Amino acid sequence: MLYAILCYHDEDFVGSWSKEQDAAVMKKLAVVQENLTKQGRLGPVARLLPTTAATTLRKENPPVVLDGPYAETKEQLLGFYVVDCKNLDEALDVARDLGAANPGGAYEIRPVGLFVPGGAVK
Amino acid sequence: MTDAAWIDAALTSARPQAVGALLRYFRDLDTAEEAFQNASLRALKSWPQNGPPRDPAAWLIMVGRNAAIDEVRRRRKQEALPNDDQAISDLDDAEEEIAERLDGSHYRDDILRLLFICCHPELPATQQIALALRIVSGLSVKQIARAFLVSEAAMEQRITRAKARVAEANVPFEAPGAVERSQRLASVAAMVYLIFNEGYSASGDTADIRMPLSEEAIRLSRLLLRLFPAEPEIMGLMALLLLQHARAPARFDAEGSLVLLEDQDRSLWNKTMIAEGLALIDKAMRHRASGPYQIQAAIAALHCRAEKPDETDWTQIDLLYGALELMQPSPVITLNRAVAVSKVRGAEAALAMIEPLEVRLSNYFHFFGVRGAFLMQLGRNDEARTAFDRAIALANTSAEAAHIRMHLDRLMRDAAADKAEK
Repeated sequence: MLYAILCYHDEDFVGSWSKEQDAAVMKKLAVVQENLTKQGRLGPVARLLPTTAATTLRKENPPVVLDGPYAETKEQLLGFYVVDCKNLDEALDVARDLGAANPGGAYEIRPVGLFVPGGAVK
Repeated sequence: MTDAAWIDAALTSARPQAVGALLRYFRDLDTAEEAFQNASLRALKSWPQNGPPRDPAAWLIMVGRNAAIDEVRRRRKQEALPNDDQAISDLDDAEEEIAERLDGSHYRDDILRLLFICCHPELPATQQIALALRIVSGLSVKQIARAFLVSEAAMEQRITRAKARVAEANVPFEAPGAVERSQRLASVAAMVYLIFNEGYSASGDTADIRMPLSEEAIRLSRLLLRLFPAEPEIMGLMALLLLQHARAPARFDAEGSLVLLEDQDRSLWNKTMIAEGLALIDKAMRHRASGPYQIQAAIAALHCRAEKPDETDWTQIDLLYGALELMQPSPVITLNRAVAVSKVRGAEAALAMIEPLEVRLSNYFHFFGVRGAFLMQLGRNDEARTAFDRAIALANTSAEAAHIRMHLDRLMRDAAADKAEK
């Protein structure tokens, strides 16, 4: 079963990392990802730009376009992974490994209902 | 990440909010700063043992506030101020509101007040910048002094003077009204841009020391945009800073000499920063309320979008500079426009455009550098040499002078080659 692991963290905090700290975290995360890739379990991965770059379309009639993220929260959606796991325990294990590489914040683990891999993006 | 690194990042990110809230309680910059400092010291002891608090800013505000109140009580006991009824009642008021104060609804006003105080109209720009870097960004006096290439004592004095002026000016601590807010937002944006330029204008030998100023300015612009998420000029400001800074890795060669835009290795440009800058311009454009930062960002974007120098859309850049000239008439903008004009309509037209500027730019390095380049393109080498000599005399940094000398060397070589042919 596919699980989406949604990464929430305080973007002010993440934005206060020095370049070296950021690179160190990314390097540790890459190790976890590589492991999953070898097992053929890693789907798409994305790190999102800060919410200041976000725009929200509210589907009213007519739709309204707003600056900023959908919800103002203390911790923001900063990225996601799609991982193939047998069950929730396995998904939690992956989240724990990712969490050890990048402490702080929270992961929301959501089983995927429909997955469209899409074509390769240029 | 180590505890120390984690705590450092948490303190840095919580700082504007925490100092802003503490300033609201104590209405005095020094007290607010000291309270934050105290809270930070306690965090260094407590967080590694007890784990990080869920909301570091709220923790720091609470602990800092209590520490400062203890300090006031301690001093009061020692000094037995005659007037201390007043002091007590102030603090009691502060206590009553604490629950409401920590719910985050003050977030925006607290940070704004902090920024507005740093940009107080009575402070000269140099003091605004120093104060903001010290109070809002939390850079140490030593770090700021280093970045501005002055002694620590001189920077300490600059900051102390700025604080004294703020105190004398009797700055109102209430949240500013809507009109004042928008006026002062412009001065905060200008201050952030100045900080950025302090970093950006560094020469190769000081770039490493001064570059953090540019990064800090980007962080401040992000803070500002979070406070004003639908303000197109703030989007423009942040886009401009990101797009300029994205080129930083390519701006100096191994010897520390400035590399011109057209000679830069574009593969070194930071693609994530460019993506974010372009996204912000897209957002800003939707508002159809153009402004100087947006236009400058759009110009920077056209450079970033060109994979090779000859793919640069100079026609569009010329038009954008034209729009900028109308908004903010300035000989420096016309001079920049002339560079675009030289690419679109040739050096002759560009030269004609800048001739009338000489009176006003007679002490401006770039004027003579650009003029010399146009003259050289037209083959008017003697006049070009005169202009370049003038530019070198006016150069602000060794990198600027070195760049002009490169042109002069080329002229000499050409002249020598000419002679050899004859």
